[in-house]
Amino acid sequence: MQDILIKNGTVFDPINNIDGEIIDIAISKGKIVDKVDESNAEVIDASNKIVLPGGVDIHSHIAGPKVNMGRLLRPEDHYRNLKPKTSVKRAGVGTSCPSTFTTGYEYSEMGYTTVFEPANPPLKMLHVIDEFNDTPMIDKACYPLFGSNWHVMEYLHDNKEDELAAYIAWTLRSVKGYACKLVNPGGVEQWKWGGDVEGLDVAVGNFGVTPREIVKGMCKAVQRLNLPHSIHIHANNLGMPGNYETSIETLDSMREYAKENTNGKPNPIAHLTHVQFNTYGGTNWMNITSGAEHLAKYINNNDHVSIDLGQVVFSDTTTMTADGPFEHKLQTLTGNRWVNADIEAETGCGIVPIKYKKSNYIHAIMWVTGLEAALMIDDPWKVCMTTDHPNGGYFTTYPRVVTWLMSQKAREKYMEKVNKRAKSRTALESLDREYSFSDVVISTRAGTARLLGLNDKGHLGVGADADVAVYNIDLNKIDPAIQYWKVRKALRRADYTIKDGEIVVKDGEVVKSVPGRSYWVDSKVSTDLAKSVESEIKEKFKDYYTIQMSNYIVAEKNIINSSPITVQAEV
Amino acid sequence: MTGIKVKVLSGRTLRQGVGKEAGKNSERYRTSVSICEMNSEDITSLSIKAGENVKVTSAHGSVVLKSVSSNQLTKPGMIFIPYGLYANQLFNETTGGSGMPTFKGEPAVVESAIEEPVKTLEELITEI
Amino acid sequence: MEIFQDVVCPVCGCLCDDIEVSVENNKIVKARNACAMGTTKFLNYNNDRIPSPMIKNNGVQKPVSLEECIEKTAEILVKAKYPLIYGLSLSSVESVKVAIELTEEVGGVLDNQTSVCHGPGVQGIHDIGESTGSLGEIRHRADLIIAWGANLQEAHPRHMERYSYTSKGRYRNGKEDRNLIVIDVRETLTAKAADKFIQIEQGKDFEFINALRTALRLEQIQKDKVAGVPVEEIEKLAEVLRSCEFGVIFFGQGVTQVNGKGRNIDGLFSLTRDLNSWTKFLIMPARGHFNVAGVNQVATWQTGFPYAIDLSRGYPWYNPGETTIIDIIRRGESDATLVVGSDPIAHFPPAISKRLINTPLISIDPAHSMTTMVSDVVIPSSFAGIEYEGLAYRMDGLCLPLKKLVKEPDNTMSDEKVLKMILAKVRELKKVN
Repeated sequence: MQDILIKNGTVFDPINNIDGEIIDIAISKGKIVDKVDESNAEVIDASNKIVLPGGVDIHSHIAGPKVNMGRLLRPEDHYRNLKPKTSVKRAGVGTSCPSTFTTGYEYSEMGYTTVFEPANPPLKMLHVIDEFNDTPMIDKACYPLFGSNWHVMEYLHDNKEDELAAYIAWTLRSVKGYACKLVNPGGVEQWKWGGDVEGLDVAVGNFGVTPREIVKGMCKAVQRLNLPHSIHIHANNLGMPGNYETSIETLDSMREYAKENTNGKPNPIAHLTHVQFNTYGGTNWMNITSGAEHLAKYINNNDHVSIDLGQVVFSDTTTMTADGPFEHKLQTLTGNRWVNADIEAETGCGIVPIKYKKSNYIHAIMWVTGLEAALMIDDPWKVCMTTDHPNGGYFTTYPRVVTWLMSQKAREKYMEKVNKRAKSRTALESLDREYSFSDVVISTRAGTARLLGLNDKGHLGVGADADVAVYNIDLNKIDPAIQYWKVRKALRRADYTIKDGEIVVKDGEVVKSVPGRSYWVDSKVSTDLAKSVESEIKEKFKDYYTIQMSNYIVAEKNIINSSPITVQAEV
Repeated sequence: MTGIKVKVLSGRTLRQGVGKEAGKNSERYRTSVSICEMNSEDITSLSIKAGENVKVTSAHGSVVLKSVSSNQLTKPGMIFIPYGLYANQLFNETTGGSGMPTFKGEPAVVESAIEEPVKTLEELITEI
Repeated sequence: MEIFQDVVCPVCGCLCDDIEVSVENNKIVKARNACAMGTTKFLNYNNDRIPSPMIKNNGVQKPVSLEECIEKTAEILVKAKYPLIYGLSLSSVESVKVAIELTEEVGGVLDNQTSVCHGPGVQGIHDIGESTGSLGEIRHRADLIIAWGANLQEAHPRHMERYSYTSKGRYRNGKEDRNLIVIDVRETLTAKAADKFIQIEQGKDFEFINALRTALRLEQIQKDKVAGVPVEEIEKLAEVLRSCEFGVIFFGQGVTQVNGKGRNIDGLFSLTRDLNSWTKFLIMPARGHFNVAGVNQVATWQTGFPYAIDLSRGYPWYNPGETTIIDIIRRGESDATLVVGSDPIAHFPPAISKRLINTPLISIDPAHSMTTMVSDVVIPSSFAGIEYEGLAYRMDGLCLPLKKLVKEPDNTMSDEKVLKMILAKVRELKKVN
């Protein structure tokens, strides 16, 4: 592998306190190094260009049974993007539910190098890994779903905290998961009888536990397991008017489990995902409004929380979530096509295509809510830029979202086309904050990598993975707040993307296909506990599942570039 | 001698499913797919006994099969032939824009064919 | 003797994974827990092997080396303008992946058995969407099971015991807690085992579904009988559907292979959706071959489309009715066919088989079939789930690992390996050309 030297680029690397300085970045054997021998290195002239760490996406639905059902549901979605085979690329299609190869290429062409898939049933992880193997260019991992898991609810009911932690560790290790995802905790189990839970203190029918108990118990267990990422939560009442209260209540219920970091501040232990869908005010569909102000106030005062946006981008896209009852409501509201897929003993899933229209009051409120959250939460380290691909919009619209964050002018221009009532009933117009490039790097790379516990990603310090993106943005000539469309265009197609020390994209086109890694977490709990819990699981397995326990386990031989991260648990 | 008008259904049977796993050259397979399941009234009206051969003719082809009385066909007017080369002699190549030929519900006539032998699979293949 | 536990059965879409297989001297001697079809395959799979790679010469298949077969196959595929690659429902997912890459490389069409089994069911998902779930959900919760044009007892012998009617789940203790209704044109073995059998007239599924949807909305049907069923009975059925706690419809080829085809499925999917405003209701197909669902899964994530994928333009394209194998062959457009582990000659209408034989035909198969008998090139392969490992997808989309239980015969290898050799050869020839 040839060494690479990126010369004279304007570098943004907030983790190493580099804010737009012109420095050279040297790369050798897949890592950032102090220096390389220039005469033997491939030299990239990055003069008048910006150099960033490769993009790290904390939440994007790119693989697994749900995404594949979305692809199957929407052949018409594919026609908008037909990608022929080339000498380096496989053929593919799709916009809101792109095929796996296309997903990898398009992320890479935008300068992204790591993408985490946020929700799949543990039972279906072999399928997820099978798709990861076909998703090139990027490093991947998946957060298995635990919010309506029978084992979890039973352990909580019986107050077996150690066993719960050991069960989670066993599951992540067995199915090769990375973090714990909760989606509408308890509500998905209720949906299997056609119901839902409407608040944190409604008992889940046959299990005698409440969503609050699930959230708290899981949070505590995740803390004790020392998982690299916090609880990743999609709160109850998602999509409903007035739900910001449930979201804040949910976050507050976890506060007591936060540990202090070396700065004496609490570590983030709760990641409220796609806040836009979880942060509405109002009491019904007529008066629904943004609840971002309330949520932002809470988050500005509480350091145990991080969020990602789930920003809405007006487009024809596909909603997909494990929140089956929500998707059923959406189907009855829209009359659109609908997929539901419940998974034994674990979770569920729903899919509904949707067209977000600028003229629609509710859709406009959604658009405003995401942006308000991004602009009202002061600390960019707490905010990750996502569209909850494809729920708010496709990942290929990220550059547009970024320019909305960076430019009040871009927002104003856009707002002219958006439903007037929504504009008049929200504060977005009055917000003059504009993200700097450092802020953008934090919310798309440095912050996301840090929240995921990926120490070698999201920065360009010596020893980091050589995942780098170079964009043709000349900051001497372009002011992102003014010529925002130039920024948008440049971010859509990286001049160079470097993955693990190899140039994989040049001039916005993939020039080399690489497989990328699959990360998973092995949290070591005490041997005795692990043993006793495993035999408990074994006993229940036959009753809970329609497959044998040995066939539930995802073998490492089935994973391309299996990359376990081992941590020591406190149980 | 006249035949009776029927609709032909083809489908999976356990015997055919077992037969195909035993091997496509096996006698078990051949005998599992070369039968014509019929309602007993239809058998009687052809003046034959169950087990004697019948000839089934549709607009697309014709095939001789061994008749079997079936209590699954509770009403006259339908015959059932297990999936396979024999049944397929009767089916149309069109799919009506669906990709799928109509393997169930093809109109046909069944006649007594006591003297005619059931062809072997090889014979049927040779005729293709 | 070696005993393998938790073996996944490579026969039907149930993909039962509790088989205990005993192997003695590289021979399977016992397969505990398997059904009649499974047992027969485990014990007899080796009886009818293709002894050698073969190429037809002056109308007679003659043994040749594997390399000759691979070369010949690659030549045929490279030369062809519009080749078809078909089958793969009895192969591992890994094999399917290579087949898609090969189709891309030669600019042909990849189709599989879905085309002639549950294709209309797949099309129904494009039209309506599907309220479905994993089979365990049925086992735990279903108090009403409808088998519609699906003869589970014969096509999926362990379906009821493992997943549906007689299975025991968290909230249902076997058949006494469930109601099985069969809707069919024949009184099948499944119908005979049911609590209720509703016999409808052949070819009238669509009108029966619509009548049921009318009755479900508590509206009056202005007729005495629909599809041969008295209206009072339809109204009673609607009441049973509305008032169950958790219902499911399993549909089979009794609705996909009859007139109406995809329209029947649109109706059934719509009915199921309607029912979810009354109670909880799911629907799922009873898929046949053990990995037919796997082909749809992989094809969908790699190309966006589940089957009948035309890669001749370089990008994937899909138009069932046009890019489906029967239609392509009927129009006489394909000029070579590679069949992997399937027997189209036994299962296609003869007019189609005739055209299939008139263009170069290549078979990759472990055992003799009607299709291998007439192929120009025959490449023996090994059995997925017996002689080579890989992944497969159950009828409800659950991925399971197939095991290698015995060593394959010396002159055979997995479909995956055969296809990789062909792909390498194709690339080599294309470079030379």
